[in-house]
Amino acid sequence: MTTRTKPRVRGGIGEDVVRPDGIPKLTGNFAFASDLVADGMLWAATLRSPHAHAVIVSLDTTPALAIPGVRAVITQDDVPGHPLFGQEKADQPVLCDGVARYWGEPVAVVAADDPETARRGVEAIAIEWEPLAPVSDPEAAENSDHIFRRINVRRGDLGAKGEVVVEGYYEIGTQDQAPLGTEAGLAIPDGEGGIDLWVTSQWVHIDHGQIVRCLDLPDHMVRCHPAGIGGAFGAREDMSMHVHISLLALITRRPIKMVYDRSESFVGHVKRHSARMWYRHEATPEGRLVRVTAKVILDGGAYMHTSAAVTGNAAFFAVGPYVCDNVELDVVSVKTNNPPAGAMRGFGVVQTCFGAESQMDRLAQELDMEPLALRRLNALEAGQPFSTTGQIIEGAFPTTAIIDALESFPLPPPLESDDPVHLPGGTGLTTPRSAVVRGIGYALSAKNLAFSEGFDDYAEARVVLTPVGAEVHTAAMEVGQGLVTLLQQIARTVLGTGHVAVVWDDTSQIGSAGSTSASRQTQMTGGAVHAAAVALRDKVLDDHGADELREDGAYRDGERVATLEEICASGPVDHWIRFRHPETEEPDENGQGNLHPGYALAGHRAVVDVDPELGLVRVVQIDTAQDVGKVLNPKALMGQVEGGILQGVGLATMEELVIDKGIIRNPTFTDYLLPTSLDAPHVNAVFIEEGDHWGPFGAKGAGEPPTISSTPAVAAAIRQATGKALTRVPILPQDITGT
Amino acid sequence: MIVSLTINGEPKTATIGGFESLLRVLRDDLGLLGSKNACEQGECGSCSVVLDGEVVCACLVMAADCEGSDVTTVEAYGTGDDLHPFQQAMLDEHGVQCGFCTPGIVVTGIRLLEENPTPTEDEIREALSGNICRCTGYGGILRAFDRLAKEGTE
Ligand code: FES
Ligand code: FES
Repeated sequence: MTTRTKPRVRGGIGEDVVRPDGIPKLTGNFAFASDLVADGMLWAATLRSPHAHAVIVSLDTTPALAIPGVRAVITQDDVPGHPLFGQEKADQPVLCDGVARYWGEPVAVVAADDPETARRGVEAIAIEWEPLAPVSDPEAAENSDHIFRRINVRRGDLGAKGEVVVEGYYEIGTQDQAPLGTEAGLAIPDGEGGIDLWVTSQWVHIDHGQIVRCLDLPDHMVRCHPAGIGGAFGAREDMSMHVHISLLALITRRPIKMVYDRSESFVGHVKRHSARMWYRHEATPEGRLVRVTAKVILDGGAYMHTSAAVTGNAAFFAVGPYVCDNVELDVVSVKTNNPPAGAMRGFGVVQTCFGAESQMDRLAQELDMEPLALRRLNALEAGQPFSTTGQIIEGAFPTTAIIDALESFPLPPPLESDDPVHLPGGTGLTTPRSAVVRGIGYALSAKNLAFSEGFDDYAEARVVLTPVGAEVHTAAMEVGQGLVTLLQQIARTVLGTGHVAVVWDDTSQIGSAGSTSASRQTQMTGGAVHAAAVALRDKVLDDHGADELREDGAYRDGERVATLEEICASGPVDHWIRFRHPETEEPDENGQGNLHPGYALAGHRAVVDVDPELGLVRVVQIDTAQDVGKVLNPKALMGQVEGGILQGVGLATMEELVIDKGIIRNPTFTDYLLPTSLDAPHVNAVFIEEGDHWGPFGAKGAGEPPTISSTPAVAAAIRQATGKALTRVPILPQDITGT
Repeated sequence: MIVSLTINGEPKTATIGGFESLLRVLRDDLGLLGSKNACEQGECGSCSVVLDGEVVCACLVMAADCEGSDVTTVEAYGTGDDLHPFQQAMLDEHGVQCGFCTPGIVVTGIRLLEENPTPTEDEIREALSGNICRCTGYGGILRAFDRLAKEGTE
């Protein structure tokens, strides 16, 4: 008997395939939204509210229109359709409706021949305000019943009590996604009353639905095109300039371009909800969790955006990957006059993970247990009911395997260098080595994958076989995370051809892929492409009586029976699909039900060096174990893990938008600190590949988990080094020195 | 006023109003869109160019001060078929995600390697400390240098 070896396709899953957009990005040729130009285009600029809460007494745009080169000015009165937009609830006026509800709310937009003239037009608008008192305290907002969503989780016996009790209050400051590319867009009128639009986005179809409503146009007259995006992390989940530049393009009949500068970007997108959290954990003397009680307030800012879903995540992941049968959680997002909050990597789970993991450490200390030993004792696993929702866990849920992996990483060598680059504070500040104390901390997290709570979540994709290979058509946004590479790898593996191109369709050419968020595209659009490619392959094999598809055609028993040209003799062969994940349901009044299609876990161990006298911290190393289902591209995955971890380190040690009575005091890269190459710890990662119950090849989304438990792990390590309670992140030098 | 300067080896002139940054002139007047504009406050390095031998933030340099200067932008290095070895290493090591920081990293990284072909990790981190990358956590970028160092010793 002869054995036939199947030729392995080049660039399939599991390989370190390089990004197809890598070369244009490395040579400066990649077109980001901010690089787009069109003949005859005008530039737009936005007038924004200088108050967190104020009434417009008078507004006169004529002085702006009198400036040579200013072509149009729009205000809310010019919006032809629905006056409000918003992803979960249309509650934000396209432009200020007479009352500004946050600092930086857009009031009017000017189109002019060049950016400077547009800016001068903005300054010339005559506007008089009557300031009102802003609601900036989230507790006051809750007391006045300014609520976006309230969730009360009630599970088990609410009379249950544990003999060992720890309580804590925790806070998390406002983090900004700070994607490197600011908001940018180009709207081009099509000459027939419609618009083609390229704007930084994470979900062009959800934008499209809101835009046509506000413009009062039929669906087909607005086409949202996937544009080149300089990072997202949640910042593009909600609309920015979309309606503004579309409307100006319709009015002026000229293409309109707009680019936010950095300070404007800080007010031009939603940010991570700041949170206040009160926790009580009760356990047996052996350390088994008996009951978790918590109250959480998330500051949603002035408009709703995705606050409802963020609130759900904060509530349902408020305990972590642990067994606990009695849970009482009151989680609320409130409406204030602070900048609107919405999506950011980790989406609600970052907040309560920090609270819950800080509590687990406190409990371990109370019980005189090692932090990982307590977590191991309480580890939740597949097949058990989820601690908050009661949902029986399907799919991989390897909590114990993550703890095992964290325990097996070697520790870094002790600090031996006197070189200031290796000391907390770096070359800019003087810490002697003798002052440095090392600390080690751990944290675990569980996060839902894809959209939950009964949302009809789907992704469309079309896979086409052509005489030269295959095309994948999708509107899923590539924001830098590397979906484009994974889609190629998935299609190559199924179709046996190395030649796969990803084609970005606009909203008129293909249906929604859903949002590039919630760690969902690997599984959702990846799942759609996988399913479409399998169906396409099987159809071709059937039609040609073949048993295998290869780069140069269909084969039976190792003999070619049709070339790709022959297969496509009467045109390209394609398969279109709408892919859905396992159905979920809405929570009942106690927050119970099958709410989540799947989960991803992560664990982090942080090693830090701290100068307790100066309050300086250097994160030396982060070791992580992550539940990824299956590794599709090792280097791309590592990039997601390292990048996500550094955002978590940033939240733990430096990143905070300082908001004072609704006004952002540090909307610049000078004052909002971001981790640099000198702040980046060494990262070691172990990937646990247990294969999920849905998704391509068992892979799970991997983007968010790195950001979630890295923050509490760093906080725990700083606590261990300093002996301080440190209940708020970011942990700043004065929190450590106590001055 | 008119400024004459050499960009990527070619003589160029630009008409400026007076206060434009070199970055604005490169991007808006000369159509060289490779240099990016993530902050225009000198804090991120996405606009890094080599000006008379030094890596600078083009957003902080007044174009009017560039009369007679020699400027190298990302467009000078490598093409699709013929990448600079550092660009190739960045590609292979996934030092690129969204790519918005990438032109600045390429300019800074290549200039570092020209001045110091075998930099230590500390020297690399120091040289890149003015180039913010929000996506990669810098791991892939640092491994690109490692890869070059390994290739150099093979
Ligand atoms: S754009 Fe020049 S440093 Fe940021
Ligand atoms: S790759 Fe996105 S900022 Fe560096």
